[in-house]
Amino acid sequence: MSEVTPVGVAEIRASKNSEILASYGLGSCVAVAIFDPMKKVGGLVHALLPESRGRDSGENPGKFADTGVASLVEKLIELGARRRFLRSKIVGGACMFEMPSGAWSSSGKDGRSFLSDIGRRNVEAAKQKLEELKIPLVAEDTGGNYGRTVKLNTETGDIEVNSLFHGSTHI
Amino acid sequence: MSEKKFDGVLSSVQIDALREVGNIGAGNAAIALSEMVEKRVELSVPKANLLPLAKVPALVGGPETPVAGVYLRVFGETRGSILLLLERDSAMSLADFMVNRKLGNFDDEKLRRSALKETGSIISGAYLCALSELTGLNFKQSVPAFAMDMAGAILDHVLVGHAECEDYVLVVETDFKVEGVRIQGHLILFPDLGTLSVILERLGVPIE
Repeated sequence: MSEVTPVGVAEIRASKNSEILASYGLGSCVAVAIFDPMKKVGGLVHALLPESRGRDSGENPGKFADTGVASLVEKLIELGARRRFLRSKIVGGACMFEMPSGAWSSSGKDGRSFLSDIGRRNVEAAKQKLEELKIPLVAEDTGGNYGRTVKLNTETGDIEVNSLFHGSTHI
Repeated sequence: MSEKKFDGVLSSVQIDALREVGNIGAGNAAIALSEMVEKRVELSVPKANLLPLAKVPALVGGPETPVAGVYLRVFGETRGSILLLLERDSAMSLADFMVNRKLGNFDDEKLRRSALKETGSIISGAYLCALSELTGLNFKQSVPAFAMDMAGAILDHVLVGHAECEDYVLVVETDFKVEGVRIQGHLILFPDLGTLSVILERLGVPIE
């Protein structure tokens, strides 16, 4: 079987060989898989935050969902994928800690809503970017309060999602 | 305050100072824990280390390893957060000790969570207390939040708050023995921007 290549936080990987790209233990992070099923080119980005908002993401586009998606698409095109055949899937964006209300009141900067909401915002930012680039979203396994490991088969676009207490699924 | 560019390398003197804080903190924690469980609690000399964020999951056996995490925000004169990571088996034994019985069935899940939250609160409070005495800085901690899941997923949450500031975290490894049962835990301090240099300065070992 194909080799497994890990895609760590803020990393982007694309491949035109039959390969398994894996992001282990996604919490609020979001993994976006984009692939061209005809050319059998696929890739994965493992983003930590939703939007770069003009911040310098030059050296690390994979840190943000929006710049990560854009950069992954470029990489795929370079590898021979065709833009109009690209399809996408999103995994992750959970909320791991339910902070009791008031816990953040003294920490200011609206810290509470920022952190407890980050998973959902990561997913939203990824979707928005995909829509902007007109790449159809064909499946997702997002939200909840549990961690996930995602494995993308770059040849087929098939994704295996595993969790500790919420079973496994293919999308 | 001038922000010194920090390259992630601490001198051995600085490591020693942080380890000493860890020592005193762990001592405080052991006393507090032993009072709660009414059992003898021994502790090893903690290891203090500064690690790049990406290396943290490896401490507990990789990003997919099941762990219990207790997360607290720290505020006051300096800011940051604290995460107590316990290996799953260690967490289970610790919870059993806390409530003084075997927590076998599912109904006790809530009790177990609650016991572990309290443990996290005690340990982090003990550490902050030591840090406060030695630095003269004032810290407060939030109520604890709890999750049992993959180590990577739990760390994600904490990383988000720090991704835009420090790339290094202070890890104090604690190794307790309660009645001969080994409880392995990692107390991870995530200082907000500039906090670590303030702490080191107060400890008399500033970043040059």
